[in-house]
Amino acid sequence: MSTTTAPSTDSRIKSHERGGDRTMSTISAPLTDARIMLRRNLKHILRNPVTIFNGVLMPVVLMLLLVYVFGGAFNVGEHYVQYATPGLMLLAITYGLSGTAVSVSSDMTKGIINRFKVMNVSRGAVLTGHVAANLVSSAVAIAVIIGMAFALGFRSPASGLEWLAAIGIALAAAFAAAWLTVALGIFAKTPESAGLTVVPLILLPFVSSAVAPAAKMGEGVRQFAQFQPFTPIIESLRGLLDGHPSGGYAAAALAWCAGIALVGYLWSRATFIKRA
Amino acid sequence: MIDMTTSAIAVQGLRKTYGDKIVLDGIDLDVAAGTVFSLLGPNGAGKTTTVNVLTTLIKADGGTVQVAGHDIAAEAKAVRTVIGVTGQFAAVDDLLTGQENLQLMADLHHLPSGQGKQVVTSLLERFDLTESARKTAATYSGGMRRKLDLAMTLVTRPQIIFLDEPTTGLDPRSRRTMWDIIRDLVADGVTVFLTTQYLEEADQLASQIAVLDQGHLVAEGTPDQLKRQVPGSHVQLRFSDVTALDTAARVLNGSTADDANLTLRVPSDGGVRSLRALLNRLDEHSIDAEEFSVHTPDLDDVFLALTGHPSTEEAIS
Repeated sequence: MSTTTAPSTDSRIKSHERGGDRTMSTISAPLTDARIMLRRNLKHILRNPVTIFNGVLMPVVLMLLLVYVFGGAFNVGEHYVQYATPGLMLLAITYGLSGTAVSVSSDMTKGIINRFKVMNVSRGAVLTGHVAANLVSSAVAIAVIIGMAFALGFRSPASGLEWLAAIGIALAAAFAAAWLTVALGIFAKTPESAGLTVVPLILLPFVSSAVAPAAKMGEGVRQFAQFQPFTPIIESLRGLLDGHPSGGYAAAALAWCAGIALVGYLWSRATFIKRA
Repeated sequence: MIDMTTSAIAVQGLRKTYGDKIVLDGIDLDVAAGTVFSLLGPNGAGKTTTVNVLTTLIKADGGTVQVAGHDIAAEAKAVRTVIGVTGQFAAVDDLLTGQENLQLMADLHHLPSGQGKQVVTSLLERFDLTESARKTAATYSGGMRRKLDLAMTLVTRPQIIFLDEPTTGLDPRSRRTMWDIIRDLVADGVTVFLTTQYLEEADQLASQIAVLDQGHLVAEGTPDQLKRQVPGSHVQLRFSDVTALDTAARVLNGSTADDANLTLRVPSDGGVRSLRALLNRLDEHSIDAEEFSVHTPDLDDVFLALTGHPSTEEAIS
């Protein structure tokens, strides 16, 4: 093989040419690197049964439990699957977060980050690769939940445009949660503890209007449920899918998503520079 | 064009502290291009910190470092294009196969896809990993992981390769394989910066050795120069009582007795002829030894000779 057995002078010249190529393609390099990282992270997800179980199967199990076991006991004024589907779309997102946190933390703590650093891989690519992979798995989980919902009797009068808007808001929420999770993953000292840092994010939707109306919750909890970020996101989805969209909820939802994504991004960047 | 005819790595007055702890206290190094340079020292001496500084992973607190003619502080990116690093803990991706790990390196280096595939195939062959190429790295043995790790480093054919304790924890056979690989690299004109805890490893591979102890360089030279500063090999005998020990000490010239441990240390070149002579002498005087062992100088002897204290961390603290 000529590339590995070539005389040293030859290889030196080659590595210089490559150095030149790199500087010429600095604009496209971060994007290319991020795409390479995305492919790597998607392989990780597909090869880790725990991640797939948590991210895709768990929300489905939860959906079946809620609709067939608990749901009858909640008086929501309509067929329970009709009420719960928007909330379950959010739960499909949050259940996939622990996998991302663990995988970010593994990268940061197990030496491979040093390899990437020494290779001149654009720093942001490592993180955007994780965000993009999480977004893909969230999209799959949301699609599965919507498919299941229809199979269980969910019906929507929403127009194509309203569906598009609903999916857009759900993905915006997934994007925001992904950046916050990446930050938590970098912040965690070990992959084991990284899995725990996202537990509050997983629990938060239960204290919103996701599975039961906030109005029926106890004093204190009710106020929290009404003003926490997941409620406007879920209510805007509910409105869009029921065919009576609410501009107010949608604006609040998008504002929360933008804010959380920005905080997650800035926190990720700051911790990454300090840690790596 | 980089001038590689002189120094591949030049270090002057390198200092690094973590809080109050001085990890590197003014290190000077000069590594000639195309050679193996070994930094020898026990755990905690500062070897990994040195590698991390030289490879731009952490910033120094003082001193200047030039790698392939580039200043590591001002031209970190240029440094990274000519170096490769294989750290103490194999930095391979466990969930990817051996082949995918190498392909990932080729992709991140933006090699054209044809060239990338070629490099991956030839590295798998060269490191005897072709059979396991489609298994995930998580299933690899320690030796295979190190080989894969080094193969990943070689994807771009770096001019200067840093190997941080590449054989620590490997079985003897894997260690030999790694030594052969390192010799091949140097034969190809690569400069190798090797850290190790094993005197034998430095002796086998390096043309120049620097001994690091608690952040200071305590000795530097060729393996032969270094070994001359170290007491030679010896034979150790253990006896069942003091009488036997005393008798043996009298009849064996140049020996030193340790009454507390009932052991006797006899200088010896370790050769068959001199060992037979020694055993015959014991036989002549009807002295019976409980235990008999031949010692060649190891890192502990080097440290005792050079610093006056043993290399182990417990002994230091």
